[in-house]
Parts: sequence; structure tokens; C-alpha cells
Amino acid sequence: MTSTALRSRAWKLLEMVTTPLLPSDYLDLVSPLRAGADLRGRIEAVHPETGDAATIVIRPGRGWRGHTAGQYVRIGVDVDGVRLWRAYSVTSPTNRRDGRITITVKAIPDGKVSNHLVRMAQPGMLIQLDQATGDFVLPEAKPAKVLYLTAGSGITPVMGMLRDIDFDDVVMVHSAPKPHDVIFRSDLHDLVADKKLRLTELHTDTDGMLDIARLGELVPDWAERETWACGPAGLLDAAEDHWTEHGVPERLHTERFRSGVVVTGDGGEVTFGTTNKTVDADGATPLLDVGEEAGVLMPSGCRMGICFGCVTPLTAGAVRDLRTGEITEAGPGVLIQTCVSAAAGPCEIER
Amino acid sequence: MTAIDPTAHLTAEQIEELGRELDAIRDEVIAGRGEKDAAYIRKVISAQRKLELVSRGVLLFSIFPPAWLIGTAGLSVAKIMENMEIGHNVLHGQWDWMRDPKIHSTTWDWDHVSPAEQWKHSHNELHHTYTNVIGKDNDLGYGIMRVDEDQKWYPFHLGQPLWNFINACFFEYGIAAYDLDLGRNLHKRRRKNPEFRARARAVGRKIRKQVLKDYVIHPLLSGPSFLTTLAATFTANLVRNIWSHSVIMCGHFPEGVQVFERRSIKGETRGQWYLRQMMGSANISGGKAMHFMTGNLSHQIEHHLFPDLPSNRYAEVAVKVRGLFEKYELKYVTGPLPKQVYSAWHKVFRLSLPNKKPKVTTPDREQELAAV
Ligand code: FES
Repeated sequence: MTSTALRSRAWKLLEMVTTPLLPSDYLDLVSPLRAGADLRGRIEAVHPETGDAATIVIRPGRGWRGHTAGQYVRIGVDVDGVRLWRAYSVTSPTNRRDGRITITVKAIPDGKVSNHLVRMAQPGMLIQLDQATGDFVLPEAKPAKVLYLTAGSGITPVMGMLRDIDFDDVVMVHSAPKPHDVIFRSDLHDLVADKKLRLTELHTDTDGMLDIARLGELVPDWAERETWACGPAGLLDAAEDHWTEHGVPERLHTERFRSGVVVTGDGGEVTFGTTNKTVDADGATPLLDVGEEAGVLMPSGCRMGICFGCVTPLTAGAVRDLRTGEITEAGPGVLIQTCVSAAAGPCEIER
Repeated sequence: MTAIDPTAHLTAEQIEELGRELDAIRDEVIAGRGEKDAAYIRKVISAQRKLELVSRGVLLFSIFPPAWLIGTAGLSVAKIMENMEIGHNVLHGQWDWMRDPKIHSTTWDWDHVSPAEQWKHSHNELHHTYTNVIGKDNDLGYGIMRVDEDQKWYPFHLGQPLWNFINACFFEYGIAAYDLDLGRNLHKRRRKNPEFRARARAVGRKIRKQVLKDYVIHPLLSGPSFLTTLAATFTANLVRNIWSHSVIMCGHFPEGVQVFERRSIKGETRGQWYLRQMMGSANISGGKAMHFMTGNLSHQIEHHLFPDLPSNRYAEVAVKVRGLFEKYELKYVTGPLPKQVYSAWHKVFRLSLPNKKPKVTTPDREQELAAV
């Protein structure tokens, strides 16, 4: 017998020992970061960057496959007992000796996860991790000239790039409200001092917003540069138009942090993902009824919110709990009770 | 069904008002759910796993009597925790709000021969929706007992104290059979029903795994302690079964608890539904340890009003619920465990016999004549 076959036999036997749980349920008690466990990370340090941003040093579990500069990682954090997932760019270089990674988080107003991470994260805390992903990365072949166009926390993926690979000719145009809002300001200035970077720092509170039409004044050869841009949607939209207008759209690479804001309202279009049905629903009819009306096979039980026989993943949009009025937005692992939830805007459920 | 309806003094408006007050209690707990609650269930789960691990470890040496005693006691407690405070409550969806896929009603399976899916249907859905409605809620007597004077008596009921005792010892199997609706499905024609057969197979698989683990694998691992480990696991299962059976009997059987007729729930309002839960359940009084070991089902009344609130909150909810019982002049059935267990068993015995002849209600012919 091969050793893998042997190992899988041994594992089967272990499963018989621990049934109805799995051996990993017990192993997690002692070694949550071990190989083979669900991917997790342990926070080892938290370094403040600005008044509302902090860099978090994470020791990823043994299953971590590494990242490419510019990629992001999704992390799951328990905020007030509820697990919430968000994506953050990895800001550490890919070859960090100790195998740790860092993310840099800016607390956005009302941001549950970002505020929790910036203000409450403590060394020792466990978080859930996903493998790094994203195509906002540098190409294999080194471009001769590079432009980084960033604003606010859009600097985070670019910082990961800057720390990872040196280019011969790198220009960065970065916007932030005030000097002390510039995340990584001293790191950037160190790079400038070492002649590794030419930096234009715009302080939008005093200088006003960057007018992309006048980018040429700051970086005359911008059109020749391979450009990576990350920041608010307004900046990216303007940049995309500008690059297209000048016939060089292929030189521009952008990264958008928030793919779309969930619109909430009273009722909306409900999509049943699995059966591929879409119907209009009002804000008062339980999704269970909406689905059954539409001929979708919906699991159900008590139909009054007590048996949990109707829980179904909410894959997009938002729903309102008819009992409490509470809004639930879609996200990984978000399940809703269809018998007491109504559409709060367009939404999609897995049925 | 009882001669005097203990809720007769309430007007329809009062009942709806009561419903609103209960909703408010629920909303308050939901709004306050948070990190502390999450920490609580995680702590309980981890403590249970450690206790089970250590107890099973000790049982490897159960050939030595002290090890047998300690291991068996530990395993019994671990199994009780697993079924009551963890399994029952997780499967109710009480912790789904944490969005932790590992502690979720859709993924959880428990140390019990009834597969989680089936139990959720018969318990969460049937029992909790139709609480104490004769003919709809099979928890009332599990289909083998007569639990109310108005139910017809058959000679079969003479044996019900014995049935109940056997059910207590093998409670988890009783539940599995009951989830399968075995009594009804064993009829020739239904036996072949593919849906029933699939469920029966699922139970079979679960039983095999459970039995293999408790009565084959762990004893084998113990080597020379094979027999003693076997005996220990059997004992732990027995203790757990009798304990949970007792706790559950206390929830709906003691004297003073109402049962309802099928037609009484037609078009039931939210307020009336709440009221039925209040009148159909009974509590066990006691200290923190008692509440914990019953999986907080000692707060059965509160659990039936709010089956999806986290169990660690029932104690604080109970104070407010009791206030409402007083306000609306309703009877809050509660008492210490021995008293409630006695009361439930007493009923089992009493109803195993046909009802006593009702007191003479027709005027006596002789007396009538004498009066003339
Ligand atoms: S059907 Fe019972 S909770 Fe939705």
C-alpha cells in the first residue's frame, strides 16, 4: 500500500473514533494553524500607520500558498460575535523571511470590520483567511517605466508592489487629504531618499482633487508608462477615460475595492440562482412565498421563523427581516430564513 | 381540553398585547446579542470536547476501577453537554447569527442516533409549531402513551409506565424511531415508500457509526480494558438517555400543563400561539449548574416562546416572562427537578388506567322519589 493510501485509511479510522465530529474538530483545539486545517491566521502585531490606519502582521496557517505583489486576501473576522469577511491588499513583500504577511487597514466611517481591526485587533487573535487572489499584479517581464497612480487606501496594493520589486524608473502620484493622512508616508520618503522612487504627493484638502486631464503636467511621459491605479471609483473612472482617449488603454491596470454598493429598498427583483428564475417581489412578501409562487422548490417548515428549515444562502443584494426590520446584506456564508425575509432591493438567493 | 380553561379570563386584545410584549423581549435580546454570547458557546464547545477527550483517555485504563469511575462520570457529563446545551441548541439555529459555518444548524451533527436533519424536522418544525396539540405534536406521549384524560384508553396503555421506562433507557433510539414515525410507517404499504426508506437508511448509517464508535472502536483501542470500556460507554449512554428523558418529560408532562385540541389552533394569531406555548410548557427550578446540564431546557417555557434565542440568555428572559405570567394572571408551572419528574411519572401511571367514572351527575331516581 502506498503511503497516501495508508494515510487515508488511518484518517478514516480516526474519523470513526471521533464521529459525529471530525478529527480536525479536536485538532483545531490545539493547533488551528496546522497543515490541513481550514486556512486561518494569527495576528502577531498591530502597528499604527496614521490616525485611522494600521498595519496588521499575520502569521498565516501552514496551508498558505503565498501571494503575488498587488494581490488581496479575504479575511474573516468576528465582530460582535458575527463573522464578517472583507478583502484587503497584502502590503508585505512576497519574500518576507519570517513567512508573515501584512495587511494595512484604514478605518472607514461605519466600517464594521475596518474599525474593529484598526482599534480592537490584538496580538494572538485568530482570523479566518482565504488564499491570496486578484489580477492587479505586475507582469513577468519588467516594464521599463512604471507609474503608480493612487489615492487614499488605494496605496496598499501598490505598497506591496513597491516593496517587492525594484524598477529602474518609477513614478508615483498619490493623493490624500492631508500629509498626516498619507499611509506609509515615511516608507515612501525613504524610497525617495534612496532614489528608488519619484513621488508626487497631493494633499487634496489644500491642493484640491487631482485633475486627470492635467496629469501630463506632473508626469509628462505618463502615456509611455505601464500604469497601476488604485483608489476611489471617481479617480479610476476618470483614468480609464483618459487612457482610452489617448489610445493607450492597455497600459492602464486598475483595482476597485468596492465592486458595487448594495442598493436597499422596499422589495425588488429576486433571482433564484440555481433554477435561474427572476421575479419581482414586494417588500412585505416572504421570499419563501415568492419562490413557491415562481415554482421554485423551496425548503420550509414552520413558516413562522422558528424551525430554521428554510435557511438558504443569500448570494447578492439585501433582504429585510420581517420581524425586526433588520437588513441583511449578501456575503460569503450569509444564510437567511426565507420565511421571514423579504426583498430589500434586488437580491439573489441560491435555490 | 381541561374542563376549565385557565386563559378564559383574557380578552382577545389582551392576548395580542401579551404577544407584543413578548416580541419586545425577543427584540431586546436579539439587539444585544454579541461577542459575549459567541464566546460563551465557543467556550462550552471547547470544554465539552476536552472533557470527552480526557474521559475517553482515562477509559483506556478502565480496567482499574477508579479510572472506570472517573472516565464514566466524565463521559456521561460530556455526552449530556453535547446533546443538551450544544446539540439541541445549535440545531435550533440559536447560534446561526454568528455565521460560523462550524457552529451552524445546517452543518451540525450530534452524538445521537437520530440524524440532525430528521430531528430538526420532527422537533423544530412539528413539535415547536404544534406544541401540545394532540394528534399533531407527537412529543406528547411519543405515540405510545396516553397523556390526557380526554384521550381514549386502550388496554395497551396499562403498560405505559414500562414503555416509558424502556424509552428512558434507550431514549436516543426512541427519538430516532419517533423521527422516522416508525409506528405509522411500518404498515405494509408505507414501508415501501422510497422517501421513508431513504430516511430509514440514513438512521441506519448513523446508528452504525455511533455503535461502532462507542461499542467497538473505543473498546478495541483500550486493549485489555475492552470490556470495561464497553461497559463504561454503555453506562454513559444510559445516564445521558435517562437524564435527557427526565428533563424532557419535565418540559410538557407535569400536572398543570395544558394540551390542546386540533381545531383550537385553526387561524391562531401570534398572540394565541405564544399563549399556547406558555400554557403548554413547564420549567425546572434550580441553580446555574442545573440549568446548564439541562441545556437550559429547564427554561422550557422561555425556550418554547423563543426557540431561536441563544440558550445562555434564557435565564434573564425568564425573569421578564414570569412577570408577564403574573401580569396576565396565568400559572407559571415550575418546580425542582424531583418534584417535576415525580409529577410527570405520576401522570404516566394515572393515565395508564381508564378514567375514574365521573361523579354522579344525573339526579338519583330514589332521592327524587323520596323528595316528592
Ligand atoms: S420555515 Fe421554519 S424558520 Fe422558516
